Amino acid sequence: MSASAPVMAADLACLITKNNTNPFFVKMKEGAEAAATAAGLDFKAYAGEKDGDASPQLTAIENCVLAGAKGILITPSNDSVGPLLKEARDAGVLVIALDTPLADPEAQDMTFATDNFEAGLLIGKWAAATLGDAAADAKIGMLDINKDNISVDVARDTGFLVGFGIDVPDLTVMGSETDPRVIGHEISGANPEGGVMSVENLLAKEPDMNVVYTINEPAAEGAYQALTKAGKSDVLVVSVDGGCPGIASVKAGVIGATSQQYPLLMASKGIEAIVAYAKDGTKPVASEGLSFFNTGVNLVTDHPVEGVPSIDSDKGMELCWG
Amino acid sequence: MSKDGSPTKTISDFEAGLAKADANVASFAKDDRNLFYMMRGFLRAHPTTIPTLVLIVSVIAFGIIAPRFLTPLALSTVLQQVTVTGIIAIAQTLIILTAGIDLSVGAVLVVTSLIMGNLAVHMGVPLPFAVIIGMFFGALMGWLNGVLVAVIKLPPFIVTLGTLSIFTALKLWYSGSESVRNADIVEKAPGLLWFGEAFRFGGAKLTYGSISLVVVAVLVWFLLNRTAWGRHVHAIGDDPDAARLSGIRTRRTLISVYVLAGAICGFAGWVAIGRVGSVSPISFETVNLGSITAVVIGGTSLFGGRASIMGSVLGALIVGVFNTGLSLAGVDDYWQLFAAGTLVIIAVALDQWLRRASQ
Repeated sequence: MSASAPVMAADLACLITKNNTNPFFVKMKEGAEAAATAAGLDFKAYAGEKDGDASPQLTAIENCVLAGAKGILITPSNDSVGPLLKEARDAGVLVIALDTPLADPEAQDMTFATDNFEAGLLIGKWAAATLGDAAADAKIGMLDINKDNISVDVARDTGFLVGFGIDVPDLTVMGSETDPRVIGHEISGANPEGGVMSVENLLAKEPDMNVVYTINEPAAEGAYQALTKAGKSDVLVVSVDGGCPGIASVKAGVIGATSQQYPLLMASKGIEAIVAYAKDGTKPVASEGLSFFNTGVNLVTDHPVEGVPSIDSDKGMELCWG
Repeated sequence: MSKDGSPTKTISDFEAGLAKADANVASFAKDDRNLFYMMRGFLRAHPTTIPTLVLIVSVIAFGIIAPRFLTPLALSTVLQQVTVTGIIAIAQTLIILTAGIDLSVGAVLVVTSLIMGNLAVHMGVPLPFAVIIGMFFGALMGWLNGVLVAVIKLPPFIVTLGTLSIFTALKLWYSGSESVRNADIVEKAPGLLWFGEAFRFGGAKLTYGSISLVVVAVLVWFLLNRTAWGRHVHAIGDDPDAARLSGIRTRRTLISVYVLAGAICGFAGWVAIGRVGSVSPISFETVNLGSITAVVIGGTSLFGGRASIMGSVLGALIVGVFNTGLSLAGVDDYWQLFAAGTLVIIAVALDQWLRRASQ
């Protein structure tokens, strides 16, 4: 197959997400499907099962290549999918990582993602500024996805801590900080059940916890439930995602601030890139000064602070997904 | 009888009365009332017939409806995708043959691959030792299941439900919930990935893992069908009391079945590292159900006493063919699950029908 063939109805685009249960990926799928249909591409969506479990995604990549896909959009569960994606690229498939870059630059043509470190930085700065002088003896609980050091997980976690003003010696792994203000890192699985359990565990360690960082809004929902059950109402909960239910939580005061990202944009830009590649072989390029194509991030809060640019929950609602 | 036909009873003529008796020894009645019953008898005696037919028919059917399915690459990809499940299904067949079931197979696989990964990558243990130690721990976990089933006399379903949780806890504790990363394996212990290597010919890609599936199947088939141990295992599965009364050491044999199954799961752990490229503590959590599916579709009876190793491999292949075939035909993922579920129910119904053939 030559890369310069015109786009025909037979050109296939694949989307492989991490799972079918997180609304972020469900929305991404809808966005990609709509964009593919509009561009006259065949479209097929696959999903993994759990963060960190590569097996179902490996099977999906194989099946996409078998089906003769022109391009694969993937949110990798972990870096084990790298070698197979490299093979796909060698076979002339355009590979674009969405949301989560792959460690191996050879395994992808480009990443379309939120600057997740930036997303963490914004909520960290906001939390520190909101606490004011009390930030010096804050008690912070961290709700990560798991202990796998998935790139998104690491970037948001360390970004938040740096934004809060905590010294993080190693930005490539979670938990390298020694600051006593951090109570601990818990495995939330990025879902509500995990959020509940994580907060219960953290409160058992430190009943006076007053800041909770969460990897995403489903985990934040769970965190809030557990805090309410424990009778704690003065805890700052911050998150990342900006899905419509999450923005509603910001409005309701469940979440203090969240960094909103734009998965529909990732998906539609990804499909656009496949169309361009199918047409004349052009490949997407990175944003200025970054190693990936930045799809942007906004801090959403109804309690803005000095020095941290933000939009309110009404504006967030206009831009939200899910 | 005297020469002139007159009866001459002598004291030593005891057996003369047997002259008109049936000289045949006891045997199973052949049920050949009609073609239908003959077919049923044949299928009972040749359990791999149906899975073989189903596999051939489904390959042809998907070849017609799914573009690109009948290519060497697609077919060899199916083989790759079912390799780990297939090896686990062989271990599961051993357990199901003894009228048991093992829900802990996936957890055993992951524990052993974590041990191999940790020893070879993080502790610098030479590969053969890392693999042997990993498989030893697999056998040890099987031994624990076996003792609880054979000595403490607990139901296998409950035992392995318990050990599934226990081994899951151990794997999370042992790994700290962290993966052994692909980059580290490539750098420090590339031999762990050996089963992911492949021969390539004519577009096909045949991994050493897929070849190992065939080798394991042949070895276990030989053990079950050509050794005294294999006959004992069949006997225990068919009727444990009768087996014990006929002098088989049922407890020891039953434990040995679980130990062998555990060691096979340990080996599958090594193959799985080659397939996935890294070792994640949360992978392969549903391979236990996948293996039971393969065993049942392959014609092994869940009631024990009748098993088909080749059938289980065929069962795994059938599920793989359906998954890849439906995927290439553009059908959504959830219908693949639907198809596997339907196949299982049909297979069990068929097994029940065949069992009635012997009653």
